[in-house]
Amino acid sequence: MKTKLPVIKIVPKIRDASIKISEKTMVKTVEANEFLIGVADFFLFFSQAVRETFSRNFEFKEFLRQCHQIGFKSLPLISITGAIMGLVLTIQTRPVLDSFGAVSLLPSMVAISLVREIGPVITALICAGKVGSGIGAELGSMKVTEQIDAMEVSSTNPMRFLVVTRVLAATLMIPLLVLYADALGIMGSWIGVNIKGDVSFVLFISQAFSVFELIDFLPAVVKTFFFGAVIGVVGSYKGYTAGRGTESVGVAANSAVVLASLLVIIVDMIAVQITDMLI
Amino acid sequence: MEQVNNISISGMNNTETIVEISNLKKSFGNQKVLKDVTLQLYKGENLVVLGKSGSGKSVLIKCIVRLLNPDEGSIRVLGEDVSVIKREELSNLRMKIGFLFQSGALYDSMTVKENLEFPLRRIKKKMTQKLIDEKIAEVLENVGLLDVLHKMPSQLSGGMRKRISLARTIIVDPQIMLYDEPTTGLDPVTSDEISLLINQVQKKYKTSSIIITHDIECARATADRLVMLHEGQVYKNGKIGDYENSDDPFIKSFFKG
Ligand SMILES: Nc1ncnc2c1ncn2[C@@H]1O[C@H](COP(=O)(O)OP(=O)(O)O)[C@@H](O)[C@H]1O
Ligand SMILES: [Mg+2]
Repeated sequence: MKTKLPVIKIVPKIRDASIKISEKTMVKTVEANEFLIGVADFFLFFSQAVRETFSRNFEFKEFLRQCHQIGFKSLPLISITGAIMGLVLTIQTRPVLDSFGAVSLLPSMVAISLVREIGPVITALICAGKVGSGIGAELGSMKVTEQIDAMEVSSTNPMRFLVVTRVLAATLMIPLLVLYADALGIMGSWIGVNIKGDVSFVLFISQAFSVFELIDFLPAVVKTFFFGAVIGVVGSYKGYTAGRGTESVGVAANSAVVLASLLVIIVDMIAVQITDMLI
Repeated sequence: MEQVNNISISGMNNTETIVEISNLKKSFGNQKVLKDVTLQLYKGENLVVLGKSGSGKSVLIKCIVRLLNPDEGSIRVLGEDVSVIKREELSNLRMKIGFLFQSGALYDSMTVKENLEFPLRRIKKKMTQKLIDEKIAEVLENVGLLDVLHKMPSQLSGGMRKRISLARTIIVDPQIMLYDEPTTGLDPVTSDEISLLINQVQKKYKTSSIIITHDIECARATADRLVMLHEGQVYKNGKIGDYENSDDPFIKSFFKG
């Protein structure tokens, strides 16, 4: 990645211009400009992380450790929420379908809404909470206690060691967690169906996937990679740029969750629009 | 101690400059932290930099390893201008500098052993595990701690953490040591032990050191020469005796204890 992306050149210029404007203009516009500077800083951070991702010397061991931390350690939480998601969705949808005399559609309806939307978004939001705040707090406290500086002076690129590994781990683990949540959600749905009926698991599955198409599945999977990347980047950015003093650790964790959740929803909206155009 | 140090410095004819800071300026926003700092670190000496909290002592040594970029002025370390050298050269230079951070900066997620291995594996890439283990045992013995290898940093006391950070810093055989408030937050007995360790490191590894502190006891114990920082400038430069006999009220207020 020696060829610089144009954005890398433009963003610092916009940033400098924003700073100049906010210095010259009245107080009213300062907040708007701070927002712009924040956005520019975020993109600078992001482009630097991308550049480091494609450099040599990948920190494989730390990457595996982060996959364990982000993926494996989230399994209990995702198991419970996934199963309950399917169960509740089934119980809530049943009366509506019942009034149309279409209860036989229940499995496929729940499966489609789980796989297309509920599974990815709910799992991503839960991970924005768990993983985003975890990364934000960890990197934030490393920043405040000078551990990031210590890494830098020990000939280790902290961006590569801390940020790239976490962003990649989140980008790969969140999609896996979503698939896992989808599967458990469908199990939960089967339980939900059986509360007021008697459907064998095999029949349930064949009903659930009877109208299932690739377009129900593929875009939903693709967007989860973006959810994972967003959670990893935002968590790292908030932690890495934490201020001085211990209270900034809490601030970093909190704002990581807020921003990651917001961006997950926005990315989802964009993804749905794009999918809609493709159909 | 003071006399011993004076003797040792008078016996030192070598005045090769290791770190040369000229007209250094650094501001954060409107806050001018360093206004015009010029000072030298000579080979083999312990230079103590005194100053109130918030006077920019940490900023000064962070500029030396370019954790912060100075606004103006030049810093030459071992003859190289830190602010213009390329990334790789900077990395090579940093390998020769040991930085003891104020908070210790031990990696929370790693055991003591992993903390000590971390810089070794990254700076001396070709070292075998056997050599690494020997080196770890050596530095741990130097700091007087042996049975903590598999503990996490959170399980150590403040003094132990300082010692382990010191061990992690000296493990790569630095030529220059930068100590950021090595005794702050420690009890008087532990502080004295750390001061002693600083002197041992100087003798054993022949390092040139900058010791940042506002602890007069530590300064007395370790200094060959002292520089006082005040309002972003060097306020005084001299031996410990010059300070203790000074009539200047500001210096007196520091040394009244
Ligand atoms: N990275 C930074 N960003 C903004 N202000 C800073 C930064 N580092 C230090 N300062 C400010 O510079 C001043 C001197 O800090 P410092 O060098 O840490 O003081 P000390 O002499 O106690 O070590 C303080 O007022 C501090 O708030
Ligand atoms: Mg300080």
